[in-house]
Amino acid sequence: MAKVYLNPDVCIGCGLCSVYCTVEHSGTKDIIKTFNSQPERPQSRVRIEREGINAFSIQCRHCQEPWCVYSCLTGAMSKSAANNTVEYAANKCVGCWSCVMVCPNGVLARDVSTHQIAKCDLCPGRDVPACVANCPNEALTLMTDDGKIINGFSEDMVVENIVID
Amino acid sequence: MIKTKYLIIGNSAGGVGAAEAIRKHDSSGTIIIVSDEPYPVYGRALISKYLSRERIFEDILYRDQDFYKQNGINALLDKNVESVDTNTRTARLSDGETIAWEKLLLATGGTPIVPPMKGADKKGVFTFTKLNDAKALDGYLNNAGKAVVIGGGLIGLSVSEALHKRGLGVTIVEMKDRILNVMLDEQSSHMAEDNLSNSGVQVKTNNTVAEIGGGESVTHVILSDGQKLACDLVVVAIGVSPRKNIAAAAGIEVNRGILVNRQMQTSMPNVYACGDVAEAYDFIYDICRPVPIWPGAYLGGMTAGANMAGGEAEYPGVTAMNSLGYFGLDIVSAGMVIAPDDSYELLVDESNGNYKKLVLKDNYIKGMVFVGDIDKSGIIFGLMKDKVDVSQFKQKLLTDDFGLIHLPEPMWRQRLECSL
Repeated sequence: MAKVYLNPDVCIGCGLCSVYCTVEHSGTKDIIKTFNSQPERPQSRVRIEREGINAFSIQCRHCQEPWCVYSCLTGAMSKSAANNTVEYAANKCVGCWSCVMVCPNGVLARDVSTHQIAKCDLCPGRDVPACVANCPNEALTLMTDDGKIINGFSEDMVVENIVID
Repeated sequence: MIKTKYLIIGNSAGGVGAAEAIRKHDSSGTIIIVSDEPYPVYGRALISKYLSRERIFEDILYRDQDFYKQNGINALLDKNVESVDTNTRTARLSDGETIAWEKLLLATGGTPIVPPMKGADKKGVFTFTKLNDAKALDGYLNNAGKAVVIGGGLIGLSVSEALHKRGLGVTIVEMKDRILNVMLDEQSSHMAEDNLSNSGVQVKTNNTVAEIGGGESVTHVILSDGQKLACDLVVVAIGVSPRKNIAAAAGIEVNRGILVNRQMQTSMPNVYACGDVAEAYDFIYDICRPVPIWPGAYLGGMTAGANMAGGEAEYPGVTAMNSLGYFGLDIVSAGMVIAPDDSYELLVDESNGNYKKLVLKDNYIKGMVFVGDIDKSGIIFGLMKDKVDVSQFKQKLLTDDFGLIHLPEPMWRQRLECSL
């Protein structure tokens, strides 16, 4: 399954992944408008953590035992049988925060602008998620369904045929 | 006589969780789900959104309309199971039909508790656990201005919020000295109560409804302290008790609920139980007890279904755990929210108008309450569920910047790798 990975050894905690996540999920997808004009800009789907020399960003890890799915009162959270990812149907979410209560990584955020959950959706419509595409240190990578690792630094997206075991 | 490999009695979280798990192990074995409700599975907690008119029926469905067809499930809706016989492996429906089964799951849920009360049979007295309850209430609201809700627990608050949104004046009558007393400690209870009062809901604690008054229909209630409250309707929301009568009559071992092991098996071979009707494992108290919550029902159903279909699954257990956001105040609680004795350690943070409290025993988290800022409650819940020793980062647990990065490095590296 496609998933975003982070290499904590090269993450400097700059937070651009979070900035571009918010922009990508805004109506305009314009960074200035998103941060200046929108009264309630979308909640970022990634969380940045920094402590001492360590830093990383984290988003939905698509747990093997997805307690968010088990706890969801509405059926908005589900585990896709096809690609093993945790999927989220916003139209079913009522903002009960049951998934927030059980997410072991704390990556299901309350979005005050919608009163719904903000969860990584791998940026539908983009080949490479906004966080990966805008990570200046290539700390974030996308592993595609067929095991390709994509970095987002260069404009034409360097594709390396490395398979993680 | 209808024959089926799997018979599931109950069509909510437990029954559906079981059917989904069965299909992962057995793509073709026949499944029948029997339900006394006429609806496909819906989010039970969402009946308050239905009553408040924030959601129509189609928008509270837990699974798509074609769920049963897609999974090859024969759903017998609006049917009552009268009895089961574990010797002949049959079930009798009240319409006379008999179903022969190989594996049986009892996911019959709970029945609302209505204590004996003078006037409880009057028009305008409701319970609130099923969609039909919400529909009945909805049909009664036209000329109603005031409601009395008996019980300041989860169901009481959910129906109060819906009625409040529909423009009714609501009074909650709670027998104990504080609302939400099962899931919250004193301080968080009072925060919730203040929030209710600020929203215009009256709360009367240390009080019960002694009598429901009126003619054919409700016009008032008389409280145990003698107060008389005018009202047009009463909702009894005291709680639910396990609906175990079919099991008990069949000779299956029951206590408060149906007894099950970690495989969700009852005392009878080939018979399983889960959800509000069962007494299943609680990972905090390390005993089996009724914990009537949706995630427990779903997980129990998943476990039962896998085992019914020849898999090997163990119920991880749940504990009392609830997330509530009534009247705009977000609250999360799980596990032991009050320390049973002074061998427990308390961590409390009350900065920025929030309230966060953890109950620890020998450096293991046993309970948590979050009011306001609930964003990190999931990380804490995970540490509690996975029984992680927090001694190395205890002082960080309730700080604003607390995160995975404060866990031991191998642990957060593992999290980044998606290993849970």
